[in-house]
Amino acid sequence: MTITGGIDIGASSLKLVVLENLSIIKREVVPATFRPLDTARDFLALVPKGSPIFATGFGRDLLDTEFNMPTITEIKAHALGARFLFPKCETVIDIGGQDLKIINLDTKGKVARFEMNERCAAGTGKFLEIMAQRLGYTVSDFSKAAEAGRDSVTISAMCTVFAESEVVGLINRGFSREDISRALHRSVAKRIAAMYKRLDSESSVTVATGGGARNSALLALLGETLSTIIQSSDDSQLAGALGCALSAIPSVIS
Amino acid sequence: MSEDYRTMWAELGLNLDNHDKLMEVLGKVYADIFLSQQNRPKKTEYLDFVMSEVHGLRIKELVDGKKQGRKVVGTYCTFVPEEIVIAANAVMVGLCAGADFATEEVERYLPKNLCALIKSTFGFKLGGVCPYLEASDLIVGENTCDGKKKAYEVFKGLVSDLYVMDLPQMKNDGARTLLRSEYNKIMAKIEKLTRNKITVDTLKKAIDIVNAKRKAVHRLSNLRANNPVPISGLDSLLINQIFFYEDPVRFTSQISSLCDELEVRVKNKVGVASTKTPRLLISGCPMAVPNWKLPAIIETSGGVIVGEESCIGERGSRNLVDNTGNTLESLIGALVDRYLTIDCAIYTPNNERRDHIREMAAKYKADGVILYAIQFCAPYTVEAIGIEKELEKDGIPAIRIETDYSQEDVGQLKTRIQAFIERLKG
Repeated sequence: MTITGGIDIGASSLKLVVLENLSIIKREVVPATFRPLDTARDFLALVPKGSPIFATGFGRDLLDTEFNMPTITEIKAHALGARFLFPKCETVIDIGGQDLKIINLDTKGKVARFEMNERCAAGTGKFLEIMAQRLGYTVSDFSKAAEAGRDSVTISAMCTVFAESEVVGLINRGFSREDISRALHRSVAKRIAAMYKRLDSESSVTVATGGGARNSALLALLGETLSTIIQSSDDSQLAGALGCALSAIPSVIS
Repeated sequence: MSEDYRTMWAELGLNLDNHDKLMEVLGKVYADIFLSQQNRPKKTEYLDFVMSEVHGLRIKELVDGKKQGRKVVGTYCTFVPEEIVIAANAVMVGLCAGADFATEEVERYLPKNLCALIKSTFGFKLGGVCPYLEASDLIVGENTCDGKKKAYEVFKGLVSDLYVMDLPQMKNDGARTLLRSEYNKIMAKIEKLTRNKITVDTLKKAIDIVNAKRKAVHRLSNLRANNPVPISGLDSLLINQIFFYEDPVRFTSQISSLCDELEVRVKNKVGVASTKTPRLLISGCPMAVPNWKLPAIIETSGGVIVGEESCIGERGSRNLVDNTGNTLESLIGALVDRYLTIDCAIYTPNNERRDHIREMAAKYKADGVILYAIQFCAPYTVEAIGIEKELEKDGIPAIRIETDYSQEDVGQLKTRIQAFIERLKG
């Protein structure tokens, strides 16, 4: 009986997955706070003592320093996690709170090439979160509004600050919140598509992971832009933590 | 540092408050990045000493030389022929800067979205923190990229004697004629400055001095082809950096004895990283002191750098000058021949650079190539996209990194570099 754990210290949320014989027996998602180590300690209490645990995410070094925990990058973690959820997966689109990553996998499921935003959070979960707030929506209502909206307007700014003023301008010109929501989702889809195309991949099975994978409007618009179906599952947000738990099983690594 | 230096700095016109701040940061960064490395060759003590005296003893040498009439020529590009400067009994020092300084002041003269290297040059002048710049009797600029070309127009108003050299943009017969004429002009300019006539004899001697310095770094490069690699990429980069302002004869002798030590290491299979550590080639924009950000991330993320395809690296130092000519004309011709082989991205087309990257990757047994560019550097960022695709097509893993001198993207850079290294480990 092999039990392993994976912790993903993300920018927006912290995730835990516990695996037993390749089945997920525990999943946790906790919003990020000022005290990631406290959350990590809570997570550790949920994993049977002595089980190997790997960490990833923006705060992975913290767990390395504090608990001497082995770490892998989010890129490797999401690649492993996505391939576990969708064994035929060829490309992963990880829409995280602060980072956007596109990962091409080789036939064995290993990372071949990847792209990642360099410093600005445009096109990430953070962008959508701030825009939802600006329009007075929760993130899930924001996605529903985008599905209900029409394509009556385009938003060109990608910078969060500029996009915000563009949104204010549109509100004051009388555009509906739903249409503006749709335009914002389209603009993010466009940005993700541009990064996707940089990899010149010919893959057909594309999987979304990270918190952004829960946004059905975004995935639909992205699929439309890329002329493909973007797959996701309820566990997509946990792909990073899942990849870590998989990495902790020595047989999976080799 | 001693009070003598403070007087010297003040006399050179440095802003002592700003300079103190820079030196404090530099000392700390150097200790964090270089002194923390494991298993360094003993002779890297020389590098530590040079860096600890980078604004001290070396400047004193220059200042003492100036009192004897020995002029100092400051430069920003590997196309300026050091041989001509030395032949006129002057000293050449590189002035390229690798840290943000006096940014608010800089933006009074230059747009925000310009490469960090150029902005840093202005920052070091406006902040009054570079004794090499202040000690220079002549500053030589050059028409390389648009950013530098236009910036020199502005820089001319900030320094006392700026001379701008033209450079060809294509490597054809016209290029040779142009570069020869530019080298003749700069020779006349330097002869006038130093009041020394350059002769066949002095130029030959100067060619030998600079060739010897190049040979020393070629030897270093070859030693880095070994596995385990006997010296870190950081220390090797530093050697390539001090190549530009250290006394050339002393540099050659010190680096040669460092190489002696490395040879012993190679024989005993002693290295700075295990034989399984992924080996990386860096290719792209130059990294000037103290721009150690990316190499430090690479070498603390489980990789080791085995070569730099860069002006501050093999692009700038490879190929020797033929010293067999017996007339000034033929020696200048030999200089033109050698300098025109530099594969700077301002040239079009620039396929030789692509070939050189592959050659280096094979020679130094690199597992992957990091295409490094300073943000907003059009020549290198444009070339990088095509080069990355070509390398990947041939099974050489490559990654493009665009960054500047700030620290704000260190988190993302680490993730990208670590993921690239994970990929190389398979």
